[in-house]
Amino acid sequence: MIKLEKLSKIFETPNGGTVMAADKVSLEVPKGEICVLLGPSGCGKTTTLKMINGLIPKTSGKIHVAGRDTDTIDPVELRRSIGYVIQQIGLFPNMTIEDNICIVPDLLGWERSKARKRAAELLDLVNLDPSIFLKRFPKELSGGQQQRVGVIRALAADPPVLLMDEPFGAIDPINRAVIQDEFLRMQTELRKTIAFVSHDIDEAIKMADKIAIFRDGKLEQFDSPDDLLARPANDFIASFLGSDRTLKRLSLLKVSDVMLSGRIRVSAQDDVATARDMMKEAGHKNIVMVGPRGRARGYLHLNDVVEASGTVEEHYQALPTTVNVDADLRTAVSRMFRHDMTWMACVDDDGFFKGFITQRAISHQLGATYRDTPTEGLT
Amino acid sequence: METLVFISQNLDLIFERTVQHMSIVCVAIGLAIVTGVPVGILITLNQKAADIVLYIAAIIITIPSIALFGLMIPVLSLIGQGVGYMPAVIAVLLYSQLPIIRNTYTAITNVDPALREAARGLGMTPIQRLRRVEIPLAIPVVMAGVRIAVVMNIGITAIATYIGAGGLGAFISRGISQSDPRQLITGALMVSLLAIVSDYFLLWLQKRLTPASSSAPAGGH
Repeated sequence: MIKLEKLSKIFETPNGGTVMAADKVSLEVPKGEICVLLGPSGCGKTTTLKMINGLIPKTSGKIHVAGRDTDTIDPVELRRSIGYVIQQIGLFPNMTIEDNICIVPDLLGWERSKARKRAAELLDLVNLDPSIFLKRFPKELSGGQQQRVGVIRALAADPPVLLMDEPFGAIDPINRAVIQDEFLRMQTELRKTIAFVSHDIDEAIKMADKIAIFRDGKLEQFDSPDDLLARPANDFIASFLGSDRTLKRLSLLKVSDVMLSGRIRVSAQDDVATARDMMKEAGHKNIVMVGPRGRARGYLHLNDVVEASGTVEEHYQALPTTVNVDADLRTAVSRMFRHDMTWMACVDDDGFFKGFITQRAISHQLGATYRDTPTEGLT
Repeated sequence: METLVFISQNLDLIFERTVQHMSIVCVAIGLAIVTGVPVGILITLNQKAADIVLYIAAIIITIPSIALFGLMIPVLSLIGQGVGYMPAVIAVLLYSQLPIIRNTYTAITNVDPALREAARGLGMTPIQRLRRVEIPLAIPVVMAGVRIAVVMNIGITAIATYIGAGGLGAFISRGISQSDPRQLITGALMVSLLAIVSDYFLLWLQKRLTPASSSAPAGGH
């Protein structure tokens, strides 16, 4: 959907020198994906983004948007067909929120009533009440509300492609997380093709289907967040991602990715001896007790019941905590550490026991990527 | 007291001269807006042109008004308009250029670069950008320039009476030549009053023209 071929930009500096702001950048963002352009300031990520809609003229190379070579399209027409969001938001203070949202539809000559209706729909989409906000001016909105309007203004004419230049960079961390989540929820429905500039690794990991890392105008690596974190191509990328990059991968994985089956379980009326045998057979130190319909109720620890007899009900302990199967591993591990546990029972939204995760399984999953890769120097 | 009597006995004359006075100022300022605003916008395209234009406008404003009137007599005599209404209007027009051009130029160049980028990025042409964003945002500052020009030129027009342009200055010049403080005070009073009233009217107009919730511009008050 967005395809860059050997895209270069050479700036001339005032003292007669030249700066290679983008150096033969080639990448492709497939339809419906978010590609985050990531790197330190001055790395060329913003220059690359702004060349896509022609705000910065390219020196050489090719840009295809939605299958069309942008050289063949009038720049004004091109920009109207691409959504654009900037960090400074850039809502026009002399226009109401409604008129701000309707800018591109108006420029495209949409019927006025159709454009106005669209503005109301879009405000609804980001949980801003149209009856309150349509007629307000930008100054009357909080920063977070303004940036929501900035995003929906870019979506007003329903462009297939969106360019976002650090769109959430000026928002406080709490609101930023909320808006990011909101945006990702919208994106699951809208399926826009998005190029997104950021200098925040955590934001990139959260938002991206693919991450493009830039340094000194060069595209250093173009990979999915998990692959990037697992296998940084060079030392620069490794240090840019941080020494805790393996931990960052935790937020990319779900509990269900490492969960062990919950088939081994006991119920309250079962004999303790049966439970003991099941644990020994499976090589587990613990077993989860479920209620009559399969909800996780408690557990037995092998060492506590070595000599015990009677039913499970007489010996079980309450579960200190459980984790939802859809939670990310970062949440799960955090909870395990908090409760000083090496394993945790996993439940679905209704509390039914689904399986369990162990610290061993998590570290195994994170380490698997490295074991699969031949170690450098040995091959 | 004598002055009040004089005023009450000459209301017709005062009214007539006030109208004369304002017609010079209004026509000249109107022409100055029509010429100065486009010039102010155009010079935003070229830094060098801006420097030159603003320099010339600044030089014009430093010429003493009485000297400017004198200088125009021989020039405008060529078309038979050496004295009277025309040179007065031209002088006011010239004096108004600096505040109007400079404020227009400053207002347009000071539009937040983020707004300009957003406007470009959304696909506005340069003309649309000017019409929908830059000019609306510049209006308050341009109006502030117009106010300065009006108030300043109400005073300058009083001197135009010496080249036969009439207006409230006539009270002042006759008051001096006839040693008549009544006329002198009446003229001075009316000129000041006119300046104050015009200023407040334009301030009101400026507020009306400012978009409801945009930033409060540099106004002068």
